Amino acid sequence: MELHDLPKPQDLMNIDLNKPPETGWMDTPTVFRNGTYSYPAAGKNLKILGLANPRQWSPADEDWKLPENWKEIILQGMKERLEKYRSFRLFMDICVRCGACADKCHFFIGSGDPKNMPVLRAELIRSVYRNDFTLLGKMLGRLGGGRELTIDVLKEWFYYFFQCTECRRCSVFCPYGIDTAEVTMIGRELLNLVGLNINWVIEPVANCYRTGNHLGIPPHGLVDMWQFMTDDIEDITGIKIDLPINKKGAEILFVTPSGDYFADPGTYTCMGYMMLFHELGLDYTWSTYASEGGNFGLFTSHEMIKRLNAKIYAEAKRLGVKWIIGGECGHMWRVIHQYMETMNGPADFLEEPVSPITGTKFENAKQSKMVHITEFTSDLIKNGKLKLDPSRNDKIIATYHDSCNTARAAGLLEEPRYVIRNIMNNFYEMPENTIREQTFCCGGGAGLGNDENIEMRMRGAFPRASALRHVVDKHAVNRLLCMCAIDRATLTALCHYWAPDVTVGGIHELLANALVMKGEKERTVDLRGEPLGDEEEDE
Amino acid sequence: MRDLILEKKKDIVKRWIELTIDTYPPEGGSFMKNQKNQFANPVGAAILNGAETLYKWIMSGDKDLSPDVVRRLDDVIRIRAVQQFSASDAVGFIFLLKRVIRETLLRDALKDKNDLQELFDIDSRIDSLALHAFNMYMKCREKLFEIRAMEIRNRTSRILERACMKYGAPHEW
Repeated sequence: MELHDLPKPQDLMNIDLNKPPETGWMDTPTVFRNGTYSYPAAGKNLKILGLANPRQWSPADEDWKLPENWKEIILQGMKERLEKYRSFRLFMDICVRCGACADKCHFFIGSGDPKNMPVLRAELIRSVYRNDFTLLGKMLGRLGGGRELTIDVLKEWFYYFFQCTECRRCSVFCPYGIDTAEVTMIGRELLNLVGLNINWVIEPVANCYRTGNHLGIPPHGLVDMWQFMTDDIEDITGIKIDLPINKKGAEILFVTPSGDYFADPGTYTCMGYMMLFHELGLDYTWSTYASEGGNFGLFTSHEMIKRLNAKIYAEAKRLGVKWIIGGECGHMWRVIHQYMETMNGPADFLEEPVSPITGTKFENAKQSKMVHITEFTSDLIKNGKLKLDPSRNDKIIATYHDSCNTARAAGLLEEPRYVIRNIMNNFYEMPENTIREQTFCCGGGAGLGNDENIEMRMRGAFPRASALRHVVDKHAVNRLLCMCAIDRATLTALCHYWAPDVTVGGIHELLANALVMKGEKERTVDLRGEPLGDEEEDE
Repeated sequence: MRDLILEKKKDIVKRWIELTIDTYPPEGGSFMKNQKNQFANPVGAAILNGAETLYKWIMSGDKDLSPDVVRRLDDVIRIRAVQQFSASDAVGFIFLLKRVIRETLLRDALKDKNDLQELFDIDSRIDSLALHAFNMYMKCREKLFEIRAMEIRNRTSRILERACMKYGAPHEW
């Protein structure tokens, strides 16, 4: 055969691989592919909350059933927010497009989609700001980076602002301190004005608004659930815990995410709190009203954050407690740490938190009067108030995922690690550019952790998973610890897909495993009901 | 021809990686090519390490995929299975290697029948790798659906279990 008889390489390679669009970003329309977007909010939930434009619709439809004057509503909404929030105007004006944030987003890293670069995500809204709110933009239009707000732009906003988990990793790298999560928050607020929101956010919000918790569980349902947990604790430890619920005059109110009441592995962490407080003989109470630490208002609008968060102080006042402990939740701590005082304060009816066990003053919580459980527990350990047997966790080889909000928004970096090091013997850190302030998001925060969005979640989860797999290979890690209820749900899916031998759990689950309680029977199983030791060795 | 292939290994692998990364939007692609830290750029790292290991297998006489080759191939496929690709685009990057080999070698190398035979051998090894990749792709997609089903089930399973316990109904399922 002669060379010239051979088919050309192109003919043999008759596969036309994905070619990126040739249009610029401003003109590339959004493709709503199954698995990469969240289902829209159900009309019934919008009605409960009095939110705009309740209806049935789908992002995959051509017609989104928007109000006729949607553009006017959005632009008016932008105007109001530019006047009301200095930060928003600043973030619109100040970006010099240096690119420091560009490659820091887990969705960009996992997808390669340029509109997931934080700078470009913000630019989606900034281009409209330039076009309609700046003189230069009005004069120069596209040349000045301005862009008219069209229906395609609005659809793009919906796709990409519900593709940001508000984890704030990008903001760590911004030399100007632009908080891109706040741009997303405003973007979502604006979308809400015309009825564009997702059900995974709005349904918990509607439930919370009616019953105090995301799942819409009435008070007697909660009491049942908690008592089932104390039954499990009795089986494991032989100790019957009498749980204080809605106890007036208790010293401390305890608030934690409701995700931990129903969904494994969060339930084990919840049992951990119960065991710790019982062992200390703490004068505290659970509440069936402030039964939710999480606040999906944060993913809806500023007004909604305030509306939902109000119950915590209201309940503290009603019960007459002195201060509040908050459980292992993520975004709850962003709300408490950065918005609570302004929105729901001043909490002048509460006292500056002092640990009744050690006498330690939590001066950092002077304003909010809320102490994070790992602050409380690490202080107990530091003062030698807990009897711990770390060897009970010897089967577990753990690494720790800094949950975005507790790490970046609340600065809780050392406390969880201090607790972890004291309750177990096998702990290994993931690479340093993937933990602490630089921690990678689970890919499912800010309301995106729903099943229909699974493909997008797995893209966003990959940077975290790649670091996790590194310690799995190196140290045979089999447990991913975290302190966030969303993490406990979404990291479980992450591990199923990317690192199947790893289970997920909270810190206080392992604390309770290690906690030697007064009057307990010999422990043979951990909180999950699994044998403590290696069975083969026992034989 | 084999000598030439060995000699040009670096160029071939480099070009294969380039073409694979070109299946991403240019901004994403340039990041994947330039960021060297594997944890900051896990997709780029998987493609880079994958291409080298897979190329080595194709040029080897090994019949089966070693665990290392399986892992590297799985790394790339697992990522592409959740990205904005169709099934053929997700696994099709493997066929890009044929194009690279032809572009790099054809003119210089094909001197006699043996060379042609060798080229066909390489082709069929690439095809076989692509079939492996397709199996992996399907497993990944099945896993995604399994996770979705699991999440929906877990949302209510605990409540059902508790309710059944409370009202004395059997709760094994």
